[in-house]
Amino acid sequence: MEKKIIATTSLAGCFGCHMSVLDIDERILDLIELVEFNKSPVDDIKTFTKPVDIGIIEGGCCNSENVEVLRSFRKNCKILISLGECAIMGGLPALRNGIPIEECLNEAYINGPTVGLNTQHILPNDDELPMLLDKVYPCHEIVKIDYYLPGCPPRADLIWEALVALITGSKLDLPYEVIKFD
Amino acid sequence: MTNKIKIKIDGKEIITDQGKTIVEAAHENGIFIPTLCNFAGALPKGCCRMCTIKINNRFMTSCTTPAAHGMEVENNTNEINDFRKGIIELLFVSGNHFCPSCEKSGNCELQALAYRYQMMVPRFPYDFPMKSVDGSSPYIIKDQNRCILCKRCIKTIKDDQGRHYFAFKERGHKLEVLLDDKMGKEISSALAKKAMENCPVGSIIFKEVGFEVPIGQRKYDHKPIGSEIEN
Amino acid sequence: MKDRIIEIISKYNGDSTRLMDILHDIQAHAGYIDEATIALLADKLTLSAAQIKETVSFYHFYSDKPLAKVNIYLNDSVTANMNGRKDVLKAFEDACGIKIGRVTTDGNIGLFSTSCIGMNDQEPAAIINDRVFTRLTPYRTKQIINGLKQGQHVKELVVEGCGDGNNALPIIDAMVYNNIRRKGALLSHDYPLFTVIKDILPKTSSEEITDIITESNIRGRGGAGFPTGLKWKFGSRAKGEHRFIICNADEGEPGTFKDRVLLTEYPEMVFEGMVAAGYAVGADIGLLYLRYEYKYLLVYLNGILENMRKNNFLGQSIAGIGDFDFDIRIQLGAGAYICGEESALIESLEGKRGEPRDKPPFPVEKGYLNLPTVVNNVETLATVVKIIKNGAAWYNQLGNKDSVGTKLLSISGDCRFPGIYEVEWGLKISDILAMCGANEVQAIQVGGPSGTLLGEKDFDRELSYSDLPTGGSMIVFNKNRDLLSEVVLNFMNFFIEESCGTCSTCRNMPYVLRGKLLKVINGRGVKTDIEDMVNWANLLKVSRCGLGQTAANPIVSSIRNFRHLYDALVQKEIEYDSGFSLETSVLESCKAVRRQPLFHHNA
Repeated sequence: MEKKIIATTSLAGCFGCHMSVLDIDERILDLIELVEFNKSPVDDIKTFTKPVDIGIIEGGCCNSENVEVLRSFRKNCKILISLGECAIMGGLPALRNGIPIEECLNEAYINGPTVGLNTQHILPNDDELPMLLDKVYPCHEIVKIDYYLPGCPPRADLIWEALVALITGSKLDLPYEVIKFD
Repeated sequence: MTNKIKIKIDGKEIITDQGKTIVEAAHENGIFIPTLCNFAGALPKGCCRMCTIKINNRFMTSCTTPAAHGMEVENNTNEINDFRKGIIELLFVSGNHFCPSCEKSGNCELQALAYRYQMMVPRFPYDFPMKSVDGSSPYIIKDQNRCILCKRCIKTIKDDQGRHYFAFKERGHKLEVLLDDKMGKEISSALAKKAMENCPVGSIIFKEVGFEVPIGQRKYDHKPIGSEIEN
Repeated sequence: MKDRIIEIISKYNGDSTRLMDILHDIQAHAGYIDEATIALLADKLTLSAAQIKETVSFYHFYSDKPLAKVNIYLNDSVTANMNGRKDVLKAFEDACGIKIGRVTTDGNIGLFSTSCIGMNDQEPAAIINDRVFTRLTPYRTKQIINGLKQGQHVKELVVEGCGDGNNALPIIDAMVYNNIRRKGALLSHDYPLFTVIKDILPKTSSEEITDIITESNIRGRGGAGFPTGLKWKFGSRAKGEHRFIICNADEGEPGTFKDRVLLTEYPEMVFEGMVAAGYAVGADIGLLYLRYEYKYLLVYLNGILENMRKNNFLGQSIAGIGDFDFDIRIQLGAGAYICGEESALIESLEGKRGEPRDKPPFPVEKGYLNLPTVVNNVETLATVVKIIKNGAAWYNQLGNKDSVGTKLLSISGDCRFPGIYEVEWGLKISDILAMCGANEVQAIQVGGPSGTLLGEKDFDRELSYSDLPTGGSMIVFNKNRDLLSEVVLNFMNFFIEESCGTCSTCRNMPYVLRGKLLKVINGRGVKTDIEDMVNWANLLKVSRCGLGQTAANPIVSSIRNFRHLYDALVQKEIEYDSGFSLETSVLESCKAVRRQPLFHHNA
């Protein structure tokens, strides 16, 4: 069987979902028999070098760069998976949703207890920086997402079972304990 | 002596007492009908619509409808289960349910129902409404973000004169639960704990302790909600 | 202040089921219901303050914040908007110097929006300190505000004079028009008032009265169409210390205004119908629940009740019938469409939020104060009088086989003669349109927002309970109207505003559906959005009451009958569009940090 090409990224996430991929333990050896990683922090390939079968997205979109990366994944991947709560519903970064963005920025850079050396009270505004979105978006509210694997992080068994089913076309029968939102 | 009556749920005949609601009859007979707003000991008020069933091609709430002899009830059907899943999803997108940071996670009935009905992602767009958190009571944090407006706190948490600690405020899409300012400040520790227990979600949190039960030992970590009823 | 409130509470014997009246009196006295008052009320009624707020915050016309000296409630119904409400609103805002929803800084004028006020045939209309102003124009708006600024009393601002019929009575003194265009069995003036009470009831048993109504085949005229005779029978059989007859005059379905006209021109017949119902059912108390928007009729109606008492048409041993005691009280609502639902109305009558009850039990068994209660529509009760006078056979000649009798239609929108038409059931839509002088018709909304939007292919359908049931609201739209953005969106806004919010479905789903509708209107929709709306709307079927169950009807019926409008708006070249826009979603943060949005890639 030809190896499936996989790409992964972490947008507004904590890399916990990527860590959970590693939690499949020795099954990772089986995995690399089945797949080849393309653009991904796992192998540090920074750009797509070939068409990808499965794109795995960790994290929601909180800024313009997230949106651009997500869109490039959609363009280059046949199948996209939202992995984890942040990709699926914004997750903890989305706790800021509903609060006016200026208030968030002021708290983070001017008024908050951890402001430290920002004595000039500057809100980051360099053109090189990504622009913040009005709220943190779940990935499927920006591009089409094909599958969702919930959890914070998603259980390693869930990731494993789902990937194997997707790659081999086998039936997915998940035990109760692997689908959790925390 | 109470009158025994027979009803059928999804074709299975069960025997129950006259005067029981359909959900009571079902649960006593090992048949699960999901509920959220229904609470033992409080008058039912079909708020959540989770326990919707079909009788004679009409949708009814099983928590408010008394069982009647010869009734034929549709419960565990694709149509009804999809409605139930839809309601769960609607509740998720209409509030701010951040399970990973919620103390009730693992013991939350809304979350447990989402597990049971295998909600991977809600079909509706997230609303992310701006909701308030009230920490003015010495024992309670009332977090409107997580509230599903089931009325359980309103119906069950009262003082000895029958006055309500909690009440609805506004209406429609702006509906909220209000903790009475004065009574909230005077609430006893015991009643505050009961309020948290009676809340199906993490909207009422008892202050002094938190995250007491570790992950893996919580109510819905290993078995789906309803499995305690089903035989 | 405190003394006055204690006085008000004792006027109602400290009875918390009279909270609506208590709150009305307090607001009339103090202008609004403040925290201290709420605390005092809670104390005296043995409720928590939160429980008082529960009721106060439910109703549109109660306020826990100071209102202005003069409060303007500008109607936001679809016909108001079709008749230039936008310009009137702008004129109000410009003249007052405030946006809608606000009070001027001097506290003199408050400007608010409100759901349909039952003036669809004379829009745009507004309620200014309980006085109705109709047919507003930007010019009149400016005059009104100028007058107010010069210290004129609201009454002095009326330069139009009074409307027709009883509207011109000094006791009503309203610029409202009845616009009765067609009279039939009910409206024809061939009935000597109180004949039924005086001559028929004393000679007829209560069972016989119920039988006449049953045999007449009349069904509830509010819209739901439950057989009236059967309801009375159930009510008379239910056991209870008291039984109640409630007249539902909470006419709130947008586009209907026939009950307003009946209460203006035929109130005696309505009350007489209540007495007859009371006699048939064995009730001793009648309650008429009058929507707040019709408060200008309250004194007039109470005067008629007073006259009836003087003539022993109300009170003890009415018309000499030894054991028949019956009296009527009018309860004023406070602005909530949902209170037109009979069990929500009963909750409201008990001083609570207008949240519909779970059924069973039905009000005929356990209604007001958990006692047997028959709730009938204004039109039903007025009609009953003529049926008892003329007999069931007489009534059965009217209408068609499926639906007997006549129906009052409230016709408005794009037609030359909006107003009240009494027609026999079975009339074709095309005849209705011709009758009211409607040309170039694109659509007609039958039965208000909770009804159905019909296009040309359905114009040969007939009004009947089996095909096109209706409470009588008919709104006509001509071919220049944008049905989705002018009509469907307005109706969805209405349902979102007026849901009681108790059911998870009705509280949230209309809001979600409106989001989808806006996405389509704004050109970001795709084909699946149309399918989603139809599928998602199904979830509302499991709501408790009629409002919830029909809250998606504007969208569902317009997709069914005007699918081409949706198809024309959705994008054909793509299958998926989330509606997200990177360009607009960064605007807020760029403004906050003072930078120009800059996009590196052609995403």
